Amino acid sequence: MAITRREFVGGLFLSFAAGRVFADEPPGAKPKTSDPASTAGLQPNVFVHVASDGQVTIVCARSEMGQGVRSTIPALMADELGADPSRVRIEQADGDKRYGDQNTDGSSSIRNAYDDLRRAAATARVMLVAAAAQRWKVSPGSLEAHDHAVWNGRRSLTFGELADAAGKLPVPKAEDVKLRPRKEMAHVYQPLPLVDGPAIVTGAAKFGADVRLDGMLIAVIARPPVAGGKVVSFDARRALAVPGVKRVIAMPEPKAPFAFQPWGGVAVLADNTWAAMRGRSELDVKWDLGANASYDSDSYRRELSASVHAPGKPARNVGDVDAALATAARVVEAEYHVPHLAHVPMEPPAAVARFADGACEVWASTQNPQAARTEIARVLGIPEEKTTCHVTFLGGAFGRKSKADFVSEAAFLAREAGTPVRVQWTREDDLRHDYYNAVNTQLLTAALDGQGKVIAWRQRTAFPPIASTFKAVAGPAEGDLQQGVTDLALAIPNVRAETCDAAAHVRIGWLRSVYNIFHAFAAGSFMDELAHARGLDPREALLEMIGPPRIVTLAELGVSKLPNYGATMEKHPIDTGRLRGVIERATKMSGWGRRGRALGLAAHRSFLTYVAVVVSVVRNGSGKIAVDEAWLAADAGTVVNLERARTQMEGAVIFGMSHAFFGGATMKGGITEQTNFHEYRLVRMPDAPRKIHVDIVESDGPPCGIGEPGVPPVAPAIANAVFALTGQRIRELPLMRAGIV
Amino acid sequence: MIRLSVNGTMRELDVDPEMPLLWALRDVLGLTGTKYGCGQALCGACTVHLDGEVVRSCVTPVARAAGKSVTTIEGLYDHPLQRAWCDMAVPQCGFCQSGQIMTAAALLAQNPKPRDQDIDQSLAGNLCRCGTYLHIRAAVKRAAGMPEE
Repeated sequence: MAITRREFVGGLFLSFAAGRVFADEPPGAKPKTSDPASTAGLQPNVFVHVASDGQVTIVCARSEMGQGVRSTIPALMADELGADPSRVRIEQADGDKRYGDQNTDGSSSIRNAYDDLRRAAATARVMLVAAAAQRWKVSPGSLEAHDHAVWNGRRSLTFGELADAAGKLPVPKAEDVKLRPRKEMAHVYQPLPLVDGPAIVTGAAKFGADVRLDGMLIAVIARPPVAGGKVVSFDARRALAVPGVKRVIAMPEPKAPFAFQPWGGVAVLADNTWAAMRGRSELDVKWDLGANASYDSDSYRRELSASVHAPGKPARNVGDVDAALATAARVVEAEYHVPHLAHVPMEPPAAVARFADGACEVWASTQNPQAARTEIARVLGIPEEKTTCHVTFLGGAFGRKSKADFVSEAAFLAREAGTPVRVQWTREDDLRHDYYNAVNTQLLTAALDGQGKVIAWRQRTAFPPIASTFKAVAGPAEGDLQQGVTDLALAIPNVRAETCDAAAHVRIGWLRSVYNIFHAFAAGSFMDELAHARGLDPREALLEMIGPPRIVTLAELGVSKLPNYGATMEKHPIDTGRLRGVIERATKMSGWGRRGRALGLAAHRSFLTYVAVVVSVVRNGSGKIAVDEAWLAADAGTVVNLERARTQMEGAVIFGMSHAFFGGATMKGGITEQTNFHEYRLVRMPDAPRKIHVDIVESDGPPCGIGEPGVPPVAPAIANAVFALTGQRIRELPLMRAGIV
Repeated sequence: MIRLSVNGTMRELDVDPEMPLLWALRDVLGLTGTKYGCGQALCGACTVHLDGEVVRSCVTPVARAAGKSVTTIEGLYDHPLQRAWCDMAVPQCGFCQSGQIMTAAALLAQNPKPRDQDIDQSLAGNLCRCGTYLHIRAAVKRAAGMPEE
């Protein structure tokens, strides 16, 4: 073919509207502009470089996993700088503390860095303006920076002409750098082009498994099937006889708490993936399955149920719930259950490592390259400075790829084998050795007075907390309980929440929106149950229970403090006006109240963002439940990239639907029963709604989370719609278990 | 030695004839645009064309491709689907999109004006964990020159 890939990609670029940001080559090992070696031009910090030819490079220190961080952060910074987006390159940062926190997690990339990244770009702008002011011998106050130049009326000097002079000026203090007013930020609350689109649609985008090094072997690992299991002995002869298999290596044995340690077992290394997989299937391993081999999801569910039927440890308390329950005209009570959920990113975990001269270099689809370096250094017993972590594209992550276990497996094997190694997880490995979202049972109890008003709310929750993966723990922490227990705004005079015992028998991790998934499912369903018990419209009852627009104090919540996703309560209070606002917008869009459709509603605040979801369900041709349309309204404060915010919410509806319809990893004998997509089902295109309407509130408030908060209200909205259609109340996920989907 | 055409170029492969085409493409030929997602023809991430027909390369022995013509995502050149995918910002993480595009390309080759049911049926075997299905549907219609609603 005469035309090269690069020209073709260039052609695709030209098909976009003007004003796009160009993507860098996929992440790799080439020298970075941000390396100290290339200091020509202006580089006031590690995030921005203006070259003498005017080329602007912006470093993206967060991982790209579909949320569009590589499309959003550079556009935001280009705005603040006054750069022409077509002359901005994006460079993917390696894992390095000089970038600050790089853990792409907690829906935090924009909300935590909004001011800091703008300031990094504004600092470069102030220096370019100062250089122009010196050149023209005028006051910098009279100058403006836009369109890749500094302007004094009609006179201008381009960024390229100013870069070297600006680079010799002192870097101003943060307090002397003024950010642009919102009206000058042309890209905020705009649909921004997807910079990595061309690389993705041509197959050029490099994910973790796509990195190829000379002499690289592929490793597939037989891991202990049960958490805490061990290899007793193994026979590698038949595995080594498979053509292409080069080595069989015993992995280090993990010790509880498991944290990010490699999972143990036996690795088969071959010169291609197929041979490694075949070799693994020929391994003869004797396992000691350990204490968790008795773990059984059905009996554990009964344990959790017993646990929430006894009083637990108080997590919040207002008024006197017991007295209200004792004098209630009516008590409504319901138990809810959500199983372990698996991440199943489309790309199973994969990482490539090279070890030479006491140093280790890895390429990984990781959400947290700094944590990967820490774990590699620990496993290899080398200083962290001797490790490098390049971040590839992430083929889905959802929290799974924050955990460094698969990266350190590759590092260990690269050293042992003396060759570069790619560790390739199979889908079966991914499902069997996940850091599952916690399994949960809740008991919700409400007291109604003679007029039917809700006078008491008691919520008991039992789940094995994430901290159990990292240390011996007694129970959930404040950060766990703020996800739909201690932070629920309720205009009810007596409220108490309790946590009940739940032991961990698998690795527990965080999955997109985490504990909010089951807490929102139970609370959102129970509010709907209370509405029906009272004979009220669910929307009216929900608004009544949330109460009037107000800032909810810690005293009203009945807690002494709230972690609030790392934000202060002053900057990000719990504002029932915003929660009511999204409920009003979502229900209005959906035509709530008109007859003829079975609608369900739920609303939830998480990661500081307020989201309301309405879904419509129907029976399909075979009598099964289907979601035909969904409406989602979100108030996330200032939103930069309107297009990615909308698509994250649209994706959250599908993600939440998968939990509601099919989600659930179950264990028998400590072993996960689901092995691949026929057993761990996900929503497919024919299951998807015909339409998902997303309304993102335009706001000047501080930015909140985008990636996760769309998920929690989806499952309860579906369950409530099922009740509206069929009169059947769903108190356990997935719906598949009830045989209705 | 297995001879086959890959994206218009004749290739000779000295590999286990049982090796799935997926691994021959990725590990031996270095064409990493075709993705591994399940190994059991359950997710569609590995979809390629074999003599114009959609196959799941993860369960297709490379011997079955002998003497035939394989097209991967790297072999699509400026396809209307690729343009529609970019213009409408279909991908999120992007990992499943090679397979989605290859499946949709075969659909449009056979059925230039597909109905919604045709699109759903054709792409039912291609999973997307990010949830881009509605965008995919709309982009297939745009590439086919049909109204997106």
